[in-house]
Amino acid sequence: MNKRIEFKLWLAHRLSAMALGLFVVVHLAGMIIAIQGGLSSAEILQRTSGNYAMGLFYSLFTIAAATHSTIGLRTVAREVLGWGGMSANFVLIAFFLFLCAMGISAVGGLVL
Amino acid sequence: MEDNQKKIRVSVWRGGEDGTFESFQVPYVEDQTILDLLTHVQRTVDNSLSYRFACRVGMCGSCAMQVNGKPRWTCRTLVRSVIQDGELKLEPLSNLPVVKDLVVDMKPFFDKWQEAKGRFEPSDSPVTEFVPIKPDDKQRQKADEAIECINCGCCYAACDVVELNPNYLGPAALNRAWSLINDAKDFANPERLKAVSGDGGCQNCHTNSQCVARCPLQLNPTRSIAGLKKAVSLATLKGEI
Repeated sequence: MNKRIEFKLWLAHRLSAMALGLFVVVHLAGMIIAIQGGLSSAEILQRTSGNYAMGLFYSLFTIAAATHSTIGLRTVAREVLGWGGMSANFVLIAFFLFLCAMGISAVGGLVL
Repeated sequence: MEDNQKKIRVSVWRGGEDGTFESFQVPYVEDQTILDLLTHVQRTVDNSLSYRFACRVGMCGSCAMQVNGKPRWTCRTLVRSVIQDGELKLEPLSNLPVVKDLVVDMKPFFDKWQEAKGRFEPSDSPVTEFVPIKPDDKQRQKADEAIECINCGCCYAACDVVELNPNYLGPAALNRAWSLINDAKDFANPERLKAVSGDGGCQNCHTNSQCVARCPLQLNPTRSIAGLKKAVSLATLKGEI
């Protein structure tokens, strides 16, 4: 294993946090602006359907959230539970893929 | 002046890793240090007590131990400033193997200094022109802040990341690496940047700043480690290491 993989994971954790900071602000601002005057679920779906830019934005949001939470949980597992090594890595990779699949399928439901 | 009427109870760690506390009643003397108190115990009560000291004036960094649960220099800590309910608890420094009583084996601590390339490395080629070091140079000021460390191990004993992850290089070794990275006459980079970002590297620091809180010299290893994180991140993103 590359000796500096731990640092690169830490860097990915920090960069994903920076991206999430921006995404969350855009998301909250979008929500607040969108619901001015009230919107039903059907109206929301009508507006998001076919909006591929929004789909790309929320897909990146999902990947950043999955990256950040998985690497964070990996550190917690190692430092608090003493659980590390290949078994923890496999479980956390599965967790990362699960989050990505759930998030992107939800984005697909809105956009497609 | 010794006040024979007033005594304090001192619980001192005796033995190795599996040792236990032994209590001593010692006279309370105004302005005595923890080191004075230990010397009293060793000279008048039990001469088998082991503890480490050299300079007695806060220069050598050899007398640190846990005093009421916190790492401190015994030579510069007054009993009256740390005593709680007339009692003191003295233990060997945390996060290091106990040799006997209050003496720890500092080898893991200094091994990590070497691992972090905490040694000055001059240029391989002969020096033709000396680098001017100006006191107001920003890089030099960063080195100046970190360079006063005397290797006492208080920060290492206080660091909860070292406690959780024994591979972590620790605040002192990383602080030393930061002082050398900012030394214009040192030529160990980028190898030193690689050395401080391995599995036990700077990225493990949680910025809890226990090292800052416990440093008897009021140094700021957390800031040094933050500098290392930034330097290694930039070098990694640029593909230099």
